[in-house]
Amino acid sequence: MLMKIEGLSVNYGAIRALDNATIEVRQGEVLSVIGANGAGKSTLIRTITGIVKPAAGNILFSGIDISGLRPDRIVRLGITVVPEGRRIFPDLSVKENLELGGHAIDDHALKKDLYTLILATFPRLKERLKQHAGTLSGGEQQMLAMGRALMGNPKLLLLDEPSMGLSPIVTREIFSFIRLINKEKGISMILVEQNAHMALEHSERAYVLENGRITLCGPSAEIKSNPGVVEAYLGV
Amino acid sequence: METISYLLQQCVNGLQLGAVYALIALGYTMVYGVLRLINFAHGDIFMLGAFIAYYLISKFDIPIYLVFAITMVCTAAAGYIIEKVAYKPLRNAPRISLLITAVGVSLFLEYFLSLKFLFTANYIGFPRPFEVQVYDLSLFTVTNIQLIIFAVTAVSLVLLFLLIYKTKYGKAMRAVSYDQEVAALMGINIDATISLTFIVGAALAGVGGILYSIAYPQINVFMGIMPGIKSFIAAVLGGIGIIHGAVLGGLVIGMSEVFVSGFLSSTFRDGVIFIILFLVLLLKPSGIFGKRIEKV
Repeated sequence: MLMKIEGLSVNYGAIRALDNATIEVRQGEVLSVIGANGAGKSTLIRTITGIVKPAAGNILFSGIDISGLRPDRIVRLGITVVPEGRRIFPDLSVKENLELGGHAIDDHALKKDLYTLILATFPRLKERLKQHAGTLSGGEQQMLAMGRALMGNPKLLLLDEPSMGLSPIVTREIFSFIRLINKEKGISMILVEQNAHMALEHSERAYVLENGRITLCGPSAEIKSNPGVVEAYLGV
Repeated sequence: METISYLLQQCVNGLQLGAVYALIALGYTMVYGVLRLINFAHGDIFMLGAFIAYYLISKFDIPIYLVFAITMVCTAAAGYIIEKVAYKPLRNAPRISLLITAVGVSLFLEYFLSLKFLFTANYIGFPRPFEVQVYDLSLFTVTNIQLIIFAVTAVSLVLLFLLIYKTKYGKAMRAVSYDQEVAALMGINIDATISLTFIVGAALAGVGGILYSIAYPQINVFMGIMPGIKSFIAAVLGGIGIIHGAVLGGLVIGMSEVFVSGFLSSTFRDGVIFIILFLVLLLKPSGIFGKRIEKV
């Protein structure tokens, strides 16, 4: 098992955003977390990355408890993130954005390899290396955010709403990249999505989050046919 | 001919003052970039630089480049300590607390260092480490002091720009100033980057302190106040948070001050800087290189 989140609770002031969540991530899988707006999906990502400190519980990653560690330490342990809304550096070039993603990699040869590999995966970024990242299209920005996260050489990649603000066609393209990266590089992923349909389609297992609690978990194929999920998230 | 030569002479003098303002303004703008803080104690670091150099020159017989090096190390350490002691504990406090603390640090440095057994509140003559020489270039004259100021400022700027644009630590600094949270998610150590920013800014202010004292050889614990304010205005003029803006702003402020002294009256030389501030805030609050200001 790659990561085990046990009894994780997070408070924002008096509001409990995440309540006693227990999640397991297996080596090499794509795990999706679906739920409505405000269900606690982004809180989960922000807690794993160390931006938010948990009130209770722990997060074991490769046997190390990372809950409460500084974000840059967690990145160095091998968890990187494609943040919600992409959050690329718009005034920096595509190349500089990618270089920043590799900030924590001290091995120069490895950094070079990652860079070459990422440009091979995303040829559209290669054509735009000198361009300011802010001038890219939404889909290209999402590719850049993914490339930037991959520059950190992750064992676990967190994707926070990768379909946000993208057209259905571009969303499909992005999800095919997610699949490709998972298959070819064997990188495990947690995929947090409001677009439950896409998320369940492209993951092995899924957790359903409601008001900060895990209400359902299992293989994505099963979750997809669960009547409650169909009614609430898949909208027939 | 007479007026042209007078004009050129004022330009050279303006560059001399502007170079020093640029060095100080960089510290304001860099710290603002990473912390969104106007570090009011920055002018006092400039003063500290002048005093450290004064002691080094008058008490020890060491070459001038060592005076620069030791002073920079000392002011950098001061900048680092001030950030750690005064600002870091307030990382999650409201912005206004940080601002008030900066004013407090500034007053503390000025009044603590003006104690009798420290720098005192008196004006002290700054020992120039060399004789002043004037070179007559027919249209205007230039002194060896001015040449040193230009050279040291140019070297400092080149090194700074190399640091910021070519090294990973400089890139980290820029990333932190754009988006602190995402910078942390890139594996950047935010606290270390903020410390580095203070260290670099304070080292530049130290250099500015030495250069200023060589040009205007009277030092005093309160000497940092006016150049500090003017350099801050320079940073605002160029667009606060923008590195090259601070350089241009410093030069414009220095030029304006010298031109007003030279063509109007030196009575107005401080006032005109504040008029510039009013105009910037009125017409383009984001400064020369600033983008549109986001609505708060």
